[in-house]
Amino acid sequence: MNNLKTFTCTEKIKGENRETKLFTTIQEAIKASCLQDGMTISFHHAFRGGDLILNKVIDIIAAMGFKDLTLASSSLASIHDTLIAHIKSGVITQIYTSGLRGKLGEAISHGLMEKPVHIHSHGGRVHLIQSGELNIDVAFVGVPVSDVFGNANGHSGRSKCGSLGYVMSDAQYAKHVIILTEELVAYPNKPSSISQDQVDSVVVVDAVGDPAKIGAGETRMTSNPKELMLARLTTKVIEHSGLFKEGFSLQTGTGGASLATTVFLSEKMESKGITASFGLGGITGTMVYMLKRGLIKKLLDVQSFDEFAAKSLGENENHIEISANEYANPSSKGAAIKQLDIVVLSALEIDLDFNVNVITGSKGLLRGASGGHCDTAAEAKLSIIVAPLTRGRIPTITKRVNTIVTPGSSVDVVVTDQGIAVHPRHPELAAALKKAGLIVLDMHALYEKAMALCGEPQEIKYTDKVVALIRYRDGSIIDVVRQLAK
Amino acid sequence: MQQNIIPSHAGTLESSDLFVRILPKKEGGVSIELESSVCEIYADAIKKTVLECANAFGADGMSIIVQDKGALDYVIKARVQTALLRAFGMNELDWSVL
Repeated sequence: MNNLKTFTCTEKIKGENRETKLFTTIQEAIKASCLQDGMTISFHHAFRGGDLILNKVIDIIAAMGFKDLTLASSSLASIHDTLIAHIKSGVITQIYTSGLRGKLGEAISHGLMEKPVHIHSHGGRVHLIQSGELNIDVAFVGVPVSDVFGNANGHSGRSKCGSLGYVMSDAQYAKHVIILTEELVAYPNKPSSISQDQVDSVVVVDAVGDPAKIGAGETRMTSNPKELMLARLTTKVIEHSGLFKEGFSLQTGTGGASLATTVFLSEKMESKGITASFGLGGITGTMVYMLKRGLIKKLLDVQSFDEFAAKSLGENENHIEISANEYANPSSKGAAIKQLDIVVLSALEIDLDFNVNVITGSKGLLRGASGGHCDTAAEAKLSIIVAPLTRGRIPTITKRVNTIVTPGSSVDVVVTDQGIAVHPRHPELAAALKKAGLIVLDMHALYEKAMALCGEPQEIKYTDKVVALIRYRDGSIIDVVRQLAK
Repeated sequence: MQQNIIPSHAGTLESSDLFVRILPKKEGGVSIELESSVCEIYADAIKKTVLECANAFGADGMSIIVQDKGALDYVIKARVQTALLRAFGMNELDWSVL
């Protein structure tokens, strides 16, 4: 009792100014955030290649004279190549991200940064935030719609990005949260994805993102015969996996083969009268189509991959937004991937031990994203990696992947156009797929086929300097990327 | 052997193809200039294939300029052999030496 304060009569404080969170410029909001050199700022990548916020804010921060900041963006796309200048000038000295591409990925591969970039998975990012390693000081949250109090969502307004799943944890854990909104609507903008009690300030901006560039061509139905073939094979693997029964659950990604798989699988589900209990992860228009047709009962959406998904999220009560914590964080009390049956994933490289690389290309350059790859592969009952055996002269199946993102211990099946490899720990699945008429081969046989076409590649030469740390979902370092030798 | 080399070319710059040019040069021997989308991992293999083709023709005193877009070996052979045929003004291939 002694240390509790006694009530003293003060004047009733009336909330006369009800727009205290509203700032007219980003500069003022940054000043009010008490941002200092050496701090950590965060962004989300719901607009992917169409993001217009990150570059704009970093330009302002640079002009304000800040230095030595850690940039924690849930991912980075080619549009963020302009960061190179801000790294050179010392504004950004450390990066946490799921993906690195374009000229930025290239420059970092050649040793642009002193400190290595931390590449994390989508689930792993939340784990890093909760464990205290990734301590976000100021979160910049670009949204199409918010009210003056910071209740914001991504599925209405002019530039819809759909789910704000990746930024929900930022809003929850960051010390200071700034909403950058395209449109201001009347209070209360409820239900909302970001809630008023998490938000410090609100700024209205001209544009937050270009929704047309979210998919960036990855979400169109393919007419590529090789991709269609891969999709047919993948559908057949699912059909004969033993998991294809009433109430099963599914996650697929973007990319031609993955999208086509959902289309072929829909036909199979209709003909067999099977429906799925839920679809998970990054949601595409084809998944929305399955929901509308009643083939999937619910969609759990952490990221909307196209305008159809973004729109559906706001309209369909069975299309539900989930945070990255609910989606894939290994230390979450309940990540949806722990209820997932089948995940269909892509790969840049797969090796003889079934390890998968989705971050460095054949030349050793950073040009991909960790995403939910290692999260879903680890937790789904069946993880299927789909990739062509070769891309031009570049073999997908290699002796040893350049970089391990997903360990072979969590990969179950690899589907290529020249045959299917099943991890040796699943002899019964291999037998079932063979019985269904699929060509099931040993991974070494697939490797030999790739080498017969392409020949053995030369070793890429690296220096000793580490340019990126690949953080596994639990925070451990599963691999490192080294600087390319000149 | 003194050969009369006609400047010639074969192939395209499409993905998975290559564009081969052959030019006469005063010095003897065969020089290869390579530009490739898979240079980092297949430069040696491509040069070897090109040189093998040239040697099978007994080529001498020429530059072979290759712009490769990730072609597989058999495509490289076909394009280089065609360019060589044109360079020598030949219409028929001697399959026995290839």
